[in-house]
Amino acid sequence: MALDSSKTTGFKYVGTRPDRPDGFDKVTGRAKFGADATAPGMLFAAIKRSPHAHARILRIDTTKALAMEGVKAVVTRADFATGLTGENWNILENVMAGDTALYDGHAVAAVAATSALSARDAMKAIEVEYEILPHVTDVDKAMEPGAPVIRTGAADASVPEGLHPNVVRYHESGHGDVEAGFAEADLVIEDHFVTEATHQGYIEPHACLGTLGADGKGELWCCTQGHWNVQKVCAALLGLETSQLRVTASEIGGGFGGKTTVFIEPVALALSRKANRPVKLVMTRAEVFKASGPTSSTSMDVRIGMKTDGTITAAEGVFRLQGGAFPGAPMEFTAMCAFAPYDLKHVRQVGYDVLTNRPKQAAYRAPGSPMAAFAVESVIDELCKKLDLDPIDTRLKNASHEGTRASFGPKWPRIGLVETLEAAKAHPHYTAPLAPGQGRGISCGFWFNHGGETSVSLAMSEDGSAQIMVGTPDIGGSRASMALMAAEVLGIPYENIRCTIADTASLGYNEISHGSRVTYASGLATIKAAEAAVEELCARAAAKWGIPEDAVYWEDGCAKPSGPNAGDFEPLPIAEITATMGATGGPINGHFEATPEGAGVSFATHIVDAEVDRETGSTKVVRYTVVQDAGKAVHPTYVEGQFQGGAAQGIGWALNEEYIYGEDGRLQNAGFLDYRIPVASDLPMIDTVIVEVPNPGHPFGVRGVGETSICPPLAAIANAVSAAAGVRMRQLPMRPSRILEALDSAADG
Amino acid sequence: MSKLHVTTKVNGDTVEFLCDPRETLLDVLRDRLGLTGAKEGCGTGDCGACSVTVDGRLVCSCLMLGVEAEGKEIATVEGIATGEELHPLQKKFIEYAALQCGICTPGILVATKSLLEKNPDPTESEVRYWLAGNLCRCTGYDKIIRAVMDTAAEMREAS
Repeated sequence: MALDSSKTTGFKYVGTRPDRPDGFDKVTGRAKFGADATAPGMLFAAIKRSPHAHARILRIDTTKALAMEGVKAVVTRADFATGLTGENWNILENVMAGDTALYDGHAVAAVAATSALSARDAMKAIEVEYEILPHVTDVDKAMEPGAPVIRTGAADASVPEGLHPNVVRYHESGHGDVEAGFAEADLVIEDHFVTEATHQGYIEPHACLGTLGADGKGELWCCTQGHWNVQKVCAALLGLETSQLRVTASEIGGGFGGKTTVFIEPVALALSRKANRPVKLVMTRAEVFKASGPTSSTSMDVRIGMKTDGTITAAEGVFRLQGGAFPGAPMEFTAMCAFAPYDLKHVRQVGYDVLTNRPKQAAYRAPGSPMAAFAVESVIDELCKKLDLDPIDTRLKNASHEGTRASFGPKWPRIGLVETLEAAKAHPHYTAPLAPGQGRGISCGFWFNHGGETSVSLAMSEDGSAQIMVGTPDIGGSRASMALMAAEVLGIPYENIRCTIADTASLGYNEISHGSRVTYASGLATIKAAEAAVEELCARAAAKWGIPEDAVYWEDGCAKPSGPNAGDFEPLPIAEITATMGATGGPINGHFEATPEGAGVSFATHIVDAEVDRETGSTKVVRYTVVQDAGKAVHPTYVEGQFQGGAAQGIGWALNEEYIYGEDGRLQNAGFLDYRIPVASDLPMIDTVIVEVPNPGHPFGVRGVGETSICPPLAAIANAVSAAAGVRMRQLPMRPSRILEALDSAADG
Repeated sequence: MSKLHVTTKVNGDTVEFLCDPRETLLDVLRDRLGLTGAKEGCGTGDCGACSVTVDGRLVCSCLMLGVEAEGKEIATVEGIATGEELHPLQKKFIEYAALQCGICTPGILVATKSLLEKNPDPTESEVRYWLAGNLCRCTGYDKIIRAVMDTAAEMREAS
């Protein structure tokens, strides 16, 4: 029988809020995270890092370190594969410097010893001689003539002639004639915006435990958002055959994009190969800040024209992003997301990817999009203020909807922006009175969402329970969502399903948990795998009853006869079929492999009230409401959690968090004391509204929700603070000193 | 460097270990005693993921040396549940989805248990300020605060 579980209403399990399956382990301390694994004979490792922003490595002397008690191996770049190209070369160069240290914290050597303290002592005993080179850490300065060249020949063919060699990629897109559009406007505002680099700030530092033999076979345990990627990259960097390295993903203590690549895993494996013992390597917090992947910092110019009735006539943006010493700053996402919420006749967006002497950026929750929204939504806010227009009505007037053309090209399928704006307008927050000193800001935000390569396997047990193996690490409750979707198809209780994150040897390839893809893509594959199992369950019932397979259907966990046979046989419960499956044809499993491409995009609208203390310059977020389209919320509590978490990270980015580099090019605040993420007393409760505009690309209408929630906060908070302070804030973070400066210059002006 | 012998109590059990005087209590708990519930998020006392109590007082175990545990009574997340029975806080954290990744959860549970022992009826502000030393990057704290407030209310009713 052809089975199709597609539906957007009438759910029994999807949309409920059961306890998460890993809850018990996580509240009792039993859950094993990256640093919690041990192995017999295990060594501990430490990495020697450059204290310079840019320096030629003249000599590395490991003699003293190797002579120390308990030291078993030292590795440098010479212990890794040669001849790599493209992104593998970039990653290797970042994991272990070649002839040049490219940023403060760049790894130059590593040591393994019998204790963590001995490893640290030995690391300090490694002597490195440097020739210090001129450096640059600011994106605008890195593009100026005469700026130190980080690496020649790094630019790709997209970069127009005449730009500084630090500009390595260029993007331009749009449609219409922006100058003609601006000529139609009653008011054009152009402004310059700056955001500083932030860190994902996951509480769990990168950690791994690796074993690799001279036979080229290895095992690796690590906290990662994607262990097949770790397998592939580590194999390349160490010259192994991919399949010979088995990678198991630990429980992951937060990632937000920052654990989508590798930093220490190949180093642990290289040390293990040399020492012939398991090696554990855990980053310190300072190493996480200095040498994992923060976001890009940006310098942006946005120009928007509007008529007095609120119609946007044209929009243009230039977005310059530095992504550290390697190509990859997500400037094309910044450019493409910038004007996505709006239906524009004339639009043009330009992006620059610029090298600096900073760590290689990594993804952070909707990479590139929050900064774009900050610039664009600030200008729209200013236009609304000048033209005395309601900010939500104005956005509604210009909102993208099904059939309109996206600023980056394609026609929109069914999307939920209008619904989030209408829900925000109807929310009591929008019309609540403000106290003196407070301001209200709103902003929209957009993220693409992603599908990606996905494999899921489902196996029935003899008692009618089911186990699902997925390959996307659970970074926020996804095992619960998978079990709910499987329960919906199998018609058995949620509690009868166990979802496991399979290791690389136990399941086919899976792309990383990124792009808000897990509930969408692994969810879709889980549904399809469950459908395959149901088809087989029905076939067994048909054989037992001696009727055609297509005369059996599945309902409430039972096979039932249909059509002319309806009522001839009692429904056959799942456990009765599985109890005899060995004798009726063998194990009953279901699996599904694909690269689903129907990830529905997601839009959000946020409302923020902020209070500014004009004496100290400090800002308090006093009320926050997130309205976002989830397509279909599989486990609404965890959807709310994604909304709240994204908003909180956005609050940190807007108000406090920034990478601060000194004149010497060294990071000055590599710790949670000086890089201050929001603490409990900084935040209010965060209200949420889940809008559900079904995604046609998922059987249950699911859209990813993890990333969009961080897109609007920077702008919404900036608009609220600007309203409260009475002065436009154009630079993030809006720390107290910056607000006082803005107030002073407004008073002077 | 020669190691020192330390005798202490962890979750009610007497334990002995040898440790380097530079090792923190957190290092000892995790690497010598196999209690990996307390996590190292920063090693500088800023994140609270390593929270334990020492003679009933809430501390960051990364800021205390292992040798300082001599003669003390240490309590960690592993000791919060009684046998098969979870502590009300643990149950409410699961029910409220007060955790996403769960790395900060052990420290937050130890800290909130300590709060409720001192103040069974805290205001939302008191909970927020008490937990200001326990960083959570996933939840925005909303569901954590709600779980704590509800646990406190339930425990007051039960007592």
